[in-house]
Amino acid sequence: MLEVTDAREVAVDQAFEPTIVAFFCNWCTYLAADLAGTSRMKYAPNARVIRVMCSGRVDPQFVFDAFARGADGVLIGGCHPGDCHYQEGNYKALRRYQLTKRLLTDLGVEPERFRLEWISAAEADRLRDVMNEMTAQIKALGRADFSVPDEPFDIPELEPEPEIEEAVVS
Amino acid sequence: MSDKPKVAFYWCASCGGCEEAVVDLAEKLLDVADAVDIVFWPVALDTKKADVEAMGDGEILATFVNGAVRTTEQEEMVRLLRRKSQLLLAFGSCAHMGGIPGLANQWDRETILDTVYRQSPSTVNPEGVVPQQVTRENGYEVYLPGFYDTVRTVGQVTDLDYVVPGCPPTPGIIAGAVATLLSGEVPPKGSVLAPDVALCDECDRKVTKPETVSLTEWKRPHLVDVDEELCLLAQGLVCLGPATRAGCGAQCVGANMPCTGCFGPTSRVRDGGGKALAAIASLVGSDDPDEIERILDGIPDPVGTFYRYSLPASLLRRAPMAQPVKITTQGSDARKVTR
Amino acid sequence: MEHENATQDPLRTGAERANASYMQQRRVVIDPITRLEGHGKIDIFLNDSGGVDRAFFQVPELRGFEQFVVGRPVEDMPQITSRICGVCPTAHHMVAAKALDALYGVEPTLTGRLIRELVYAAFMAEDHALHFYFLGGPDFVMGPDAPAATRNVLGVISKVGKEVGLKVIEMRRRLREITALAGGKVIHPVLGLPGGVSRRIKLDEVDQIKQVADDAVEFAEFSLQLFRDVVLGSSAYVDMITSDVYSHETYYMGLVDENDKVNFYDGDVRVVAPTGGEWDRFAGKDYLDHVAEHVEPWSYTKFTYLKQLGWKGFVDGAESGIYSVAPLARLNVADGMATPRAQAAYEEYTKTLGMPVHHTLANHWARLVELLYAAERLQELANHPELTGDDYRRIPTATPSEGIGVIEAPRGTLFHHYQTDERGIVEKANLIVATQNNSARIAMSVEKAAKGAISGGHVDEEILNKIEMAFRAYDPCHACATHTLPGSMPLILNVHDTAGSPMLEIRRDADGGVYRSA
Repeated sequence: MLEVTDAREVAVDQAFEPTIVAFFCNWCTYLAADLAGTSRMKYAPNARVIRVMCSGRVDPQFVFDAFARGADGVLIGGCHPGDCHYQEGNYKALRRYQLTKRLLTDLGVEPERFRLEWISAAEADRLRDVMNEMTAQIKALGRADFSVPDEPFDIPELEPEPEIEEAVVS
Repeated sequence: MSDKPKVAFYWCASCGGCEEAVVDLAEKLLDVADAVDIVFWPVALDTKKADVEAMGDGEILATFVNGAVRTTEQEEMVRLLRRKSQLLLAFGSCAHMGGIPGLANQWDRETILDTVYRQSPSTVNPEGVVPQQVTRENGYEVYLPGFYDTVRTVGQVTDLDYVVPGCPPTPGIIAGAVATLLSGEVPPKGSVLAPDVALCDECDRKVTKPETVSLTEWKRPHLVDVDEELCLLAQGLVCLGPATRAGCGAQCVGANMPCTGCFGPTSRVRDGGGKALAAIASLVGSDDPDEIERILDGIPDPVGTFYRYSLPASLLRRAPMAQPVKITTQGSDARKVTR
Repeated sequence: MEHENATQDPLRTGAERANASYMQQRRVVIDPITRLEGHGKIDIFLNDSGGVDRAFFQVPELRGFEQFVVGRPVEDMPQITSRICGVCPTAHHMVAAKALDALYGVEPTLTGRLIRELVYAAFMAEDHALHFYFLGGPDFVMGPDAPAATRNVLGVISKVGKEVGLKVIEMRRRLREITALAGGKVIHPVLGLPGGVSRRIKLDEVDQIKQVADDAVEFAEFSLQLFRDVVLGSSAYVDMITSDVYSHETYYMGLVDENDKVNFYDGDVRVVAPTGGEWDRFAGKDYLDHVAEHVEPWSYTKFTYLKQLGWKGFVDGAESGIYSVAPLARLNVADGMATPRAQAAYEEYTKTLGMPVHHTLANHWARLVELLYAAERLQELANHPELTGDDYRRIPTATPSEGIGVIEAPRGTLFHHYQTDERGIVEKANLIVATQNNSARIAMSVEKAAKGAISGGHVDEEILNKIEMAFRAYDPCHACATHTLPGSMPLILNVHDTAGSPMLEIRRDADGGVYRSA
């Protein structure tokens, strides 16, 4: 079944499972994920979790790289304001996140694809809810396509490039 | 037959400023020109492409290519010069990172054609004519080259040795690059031939930069008085000095305007715009989300601010294409990612 | 490399054929860029009697500035639009600043305006000098029959002497240093802001500027004398200049000040009829009622024309809306020059050629008259007491919405038009760039020169040069005309027989070798 959303036709296909790259802070969100696991909570399994020592470690380049490599969504999980293990780290994450989000929006990336959530070590249920919601939203949006399409022109192939020796400058 | 090392210059999609920059060097370069043989320089000399083709592979010591790659013919020429040259250098921001024309990667070819040829208020075009690759008129057939949807850097098209950065590169940087190549002590492949520190390091105003810069407002230069001596960041202007490579002498700051990042990032950064964004975000002086939003309203165009010269070279390279995206549905791995 | 005949395989797609044909032509990267900015491609079709039926002059590339400035803060426009062209970045930069003045409803301070005009005068002077000595001038200084290898700046230097040659290079450099001083960099300066400029001129910088201005005036006089000796002194040249082949009777457009003298920086747009006399006059902000653009599918440059007359095709005359710009046009539309020496040069020019002048090659002479004016104007500004004032910028307070700027670039009238939201973020931009105003006339000149040169089906190498001379006189800048990148295409001539099949291809190689393939 095809649904047309503006200029995009996306396959709303039950087989599409979004890939969500999740940067979880070691001290809280990561532990929440552990807790969800030991509690045998069921929730959308779409996150590829990357543990960082602090949400403040997340560089915008990580986010862009994730999308460039095929992520359909990126989630950052950190400690609640005031609870950062390193005092200020999550505030840095917050400021960076807000500006990054604006940039991604200007590039045409739907806001649902990029989220920052404060999830403490005890909040496994919150993690479950966030994951389920984010997965459902992105499923409806379809794949994030950052591929650079092939250009419809033939580029003449030169003969195979020979090995070029190191430049010898006399 | 000259024993002097051979060099060549070529331009892709370029405004011509990089060529002018080399011409501007003329008097200085005469010293260096005594040491080299310029075998191909479309701007100034009359060597033909056929002459380049006739050269042996690797016969040219160094070719400097400026401009971004936008047509098949530019790509072909770049690849040809790559074969004939021991070293291929990206000269200027467009070749290095895509340049200002790289901002077109927010749109696609059809949108651009529509805006320029149909939507322009002064254009009278009731039939909606746009330029075509092939035009047939009264039995005549004339061709225009096709051009790409996506602007690319020279390094995305072929194997690159070095970069001479800047929009355009300064005379000092150019002379330094040529001297480095002739010195025999070539740096690691892929190096940008400019100092590997941030611009702040060589900026006259560095001494006036306070320990902590924490801003509750970003200023736009035309709406405020700009002090001619103080650090521009400290004054609340978006100056990309901290995230931009040094080497230009901070010319723009010298004219009392903030750095816009044309030299690109230092070697430790993959995506200069992302890093510049992080640097600027770290100066926002609030922990409250709503207040942060208000402060960030002072940077109304993040893409143009952080990726002014470098969108094609960024990790994302372009905004997703506007046309319909057909997705194969054979499970989550069946997606074609063409990078 | 195989030389493919693109038309032999009807199954290939247009894009493939375009690419193959384009590549076939690209076997020779001839770039007479010392003599032109940007390139062109010409296709000539012969009729049954061996004359020229049709010539297409194409400009092959596009960048799309009008699209990618959307969403940018409008104060970035002077620096962004300057990247339209690295040879005349200051023209775009300055007209963008003027459009910002209009957008914000703010008048530059006196000092701000003086600094802008100072930079602009220096820019016009060095750009005109560049064209005369490096680009178009060599056609004349060396002589029409000189070997192609010498028709370049090196040839000029060998003819006028090395000392003079170095003086040319030095003069250009010193003029450019004024822009770098006031604007941070000479290529893509940063000084333009609404209400003025970004930086003051310091007291200790003025003496250097004054010296450059004085030397520039002398240099301009020298260049005019060179022109008199070498060009006007040669009857072969004078015949060529005044020949019909290089002549078109179109309308002319340029800026004039309140005394109807040539002004580069500001004024009203004046249009003069082919027969002479003012035909139209308007403020830059009303350009949409007076100027329109036409699209052809075979070129990326649009063709401007006078809206009231409408587009009648590539024809001359009073019924056709085609007009031209640049030095020839500017001298045609004005009643004189605003500075004394330039005025004397102007009078000599009009006494010799009459008014209005339709001879395209006279652009070179008009350019030198303008060089002198620019140098004298530079002198005036350098000596103005308020140049070093503290009050170099006025901060706007109004809410922006729409602004139009007009200026005379070296190659003609330039319009920038921006619409923004209330924050000053660009929503729409329209740019009509100098060389575009000449596009239609250039196309006609090329066709006319081709028709004049080819008859009885006989086509030879000299045609290439004759055609090139026709359009080189306009000093076209295709980087600007298509707000594009200059293509890397060589100047080539494809001649087709009446069946449309390619018959002959000639590529110009300026060192004397012309590659010809049949």
